[in-house]
Amino acid sequence: MLDKADQLFVLLKDWLVGYLPGGWQQPAGVVLGVIGIVAVYPTLFATAVLMERKGLGRMQNRLGPNRVGPFGILQPIADAIKSLTKEDIVPLNADAMVHFLAPVVLVVVAFMGFAVLPVGRNMVLVDMDASLLFYFAMGASTELSIFMAGWSSRNKYSLLGAMRAVAQMISYEVPLLLSSVTIVMMTGSLSLVKIVDAQNQYTWGLPHWYIFTPWGCAAFVMYAIAATAETNRSPFDLPEGESELVAGYFTEYSGFKFALFFLGEYLGMLSISGLGTTLFLGGWSAPFAFLAWVPSWIWFFSKVMLSIVVLIWVRGTLPRLRQDQLMNFAWKFVLPMTLLNLMVAAVWRFMGEGLLRWIVCSAILVVVFVAAGRAGMGRKHFGPRSYRYAD
Amino acid sequence: MSFVFWLIAALTVAGGLAAVLLKNLVHCALALTIAFLGLALLFLQLDAQFAGFAQILVYVGAVAILVVFAILLTRSSEIPKDGGIFSRTWVTGLVIAAAVFAMLGWAVLQSVPGLPHESAAPAASVQQIGWALMGRYVLPLEIVALLLTAALIGAVIVAMHEKEGAKER
Repeated sequence: MLDKADQLFVLLKDWLVGYLPGGWQQPAGVVLGVIGIVAVYPTLFATAVLMERKGLGRMQNRLGPNRVGPFGILQPIADAIKSLTKEDIVPLNADAMVHFLAPVVLVVVAFMGFAVLPVGRNMVLVDMDASLLFYFAMGASTELSIFMAGWSSRNKYSLLGAMRAVAQMISYEVPLLLSSVTIVMMTGSLSLVKIVDAQNQYTWGLPHWYIFTPWGCAAFVMYAIAATAETNRSPFDLPEGESELVAGYFTEYSGFKFALFFLGEYLGMLSISGLGTTLFLGGWSAPFAFLAWVPSWIWFFSKVMLSIVVLIWVRGTLPRLRQDQLMNFAWKFVLPMTLLNLMVAAVWRFMGEGLLRWIVCSAILVVVFVAAGRAGMGRKHFGPRSYRYAD
Repeated sequence: MSFVFWLIAALTVAGGLAAVLLKNLVHCALALTIAFLGLALLFLQLDAQFAGFAQILVYVGAVAILVVFAILLTRSSEIPKDGGIFSRTWVTGLVIAAAVFAMLGWAVLQSVPGLPHESAAPAASVQQIGWALMGRYVLPLEIVALLLTAALIGAVIVAMHEKEGAKER
């Protein structure tokens, strides 16, 4: 019975596909998988938006949406209808073709990333050797769509926002990739399915998730920082800093195209949380051995939504960084730490089983983290704020 | 030569032609990206996963952005006012592109007899490439890495403001 619940969607697909003649079954299965992805993630997007608006509202001492439906839970539907019926305005000077293509490219690329994420046992659309590489190739392509949006609008704010976004995404892509490389080193495979399988083991009822190792924990922290920056989320949301740039690269978008950008941003959050879950938090595996009877897909989506909640919480808590702080942080702190973490992972790998490697690896990471942090803080002088251009 | 191959080939050639013929430089760069993407799809169609995804990651993700930034920083993306979407010097561009293509094609055709005739398509999984790079070819890899690091540092030094140098003078 529980096995059936775990494999519910796989069985459902097989049952539906079984009605077709032999040659059609495989392509029909793929189409069903795509329909699943296109249906599930936008639903999660609507949930995440509602959670964000309610949660941020509570953090800022207000109620958040509470008019549409009980407790405002139908707000996403109202928003969708509103954006669909709004007028779509394209600036007269805009490059109409590129202006139109930018949101389309963004959303298409964002959806492509989901194809390789294993959402449950036997539940992955494309199981290939190089799935992690595929994911990062798709992630790198979003930068171009953001540039297209900013450039084609013929608006200074848009262009500046796009430049900021692209510079930030390129800078933080390096630590994002390098922190994931430790996982690849340990698993010996780029396949996300194999990475989850390697973590789906238990000792004394506790899971072998990579976050529960010194190098895995450090890599996860850096992955989380880089992922927040990569999705342009607060405190790294300079590209859309409304006090400086109106709305950044999508200033000149209205109606449904604006909604597509919004969708693309949240899909990016969902997919990068999904990848983080897969790499560090054991994907669809249960957090305790005695909870392994709960269907695997419930675990995956719970972990993803938990990551989203943390992202919302961070957004409600931290103020926005300055551009130079952002870049210095990426290149002078996070990148050296990821490189060090690669070395620590190698040390871990070759020290063999035992308590010693836990002590050695943790010690290296903590000592360097504290020393680098102190050195970085030592150079700063804290005092009354000085203004260079305004007095 | 399947239908998919012709579709991808048409996309790649169209992208390449647009990159040569269009007037607006940013449009050219975006068209070039389409050509890069088409090449990546061709690699994927030949079951070369690593080459295909690396092509997308490096060319679409990084090189295209670099080209676009270079255009914006040098010419400040001026839009030519006179009408038409094609560049006035499209003949020159086409001739240069055709010449480069002819040379590459000639080189490839010359090298064909030198290769052993394999009946089965060679299959190299990502894992095999990884083993080869970390095992047999680790020294060339390290040398390339060192060279690239040196080039990176050199580029940063060239681009840096020379504050210390100004003091000495």
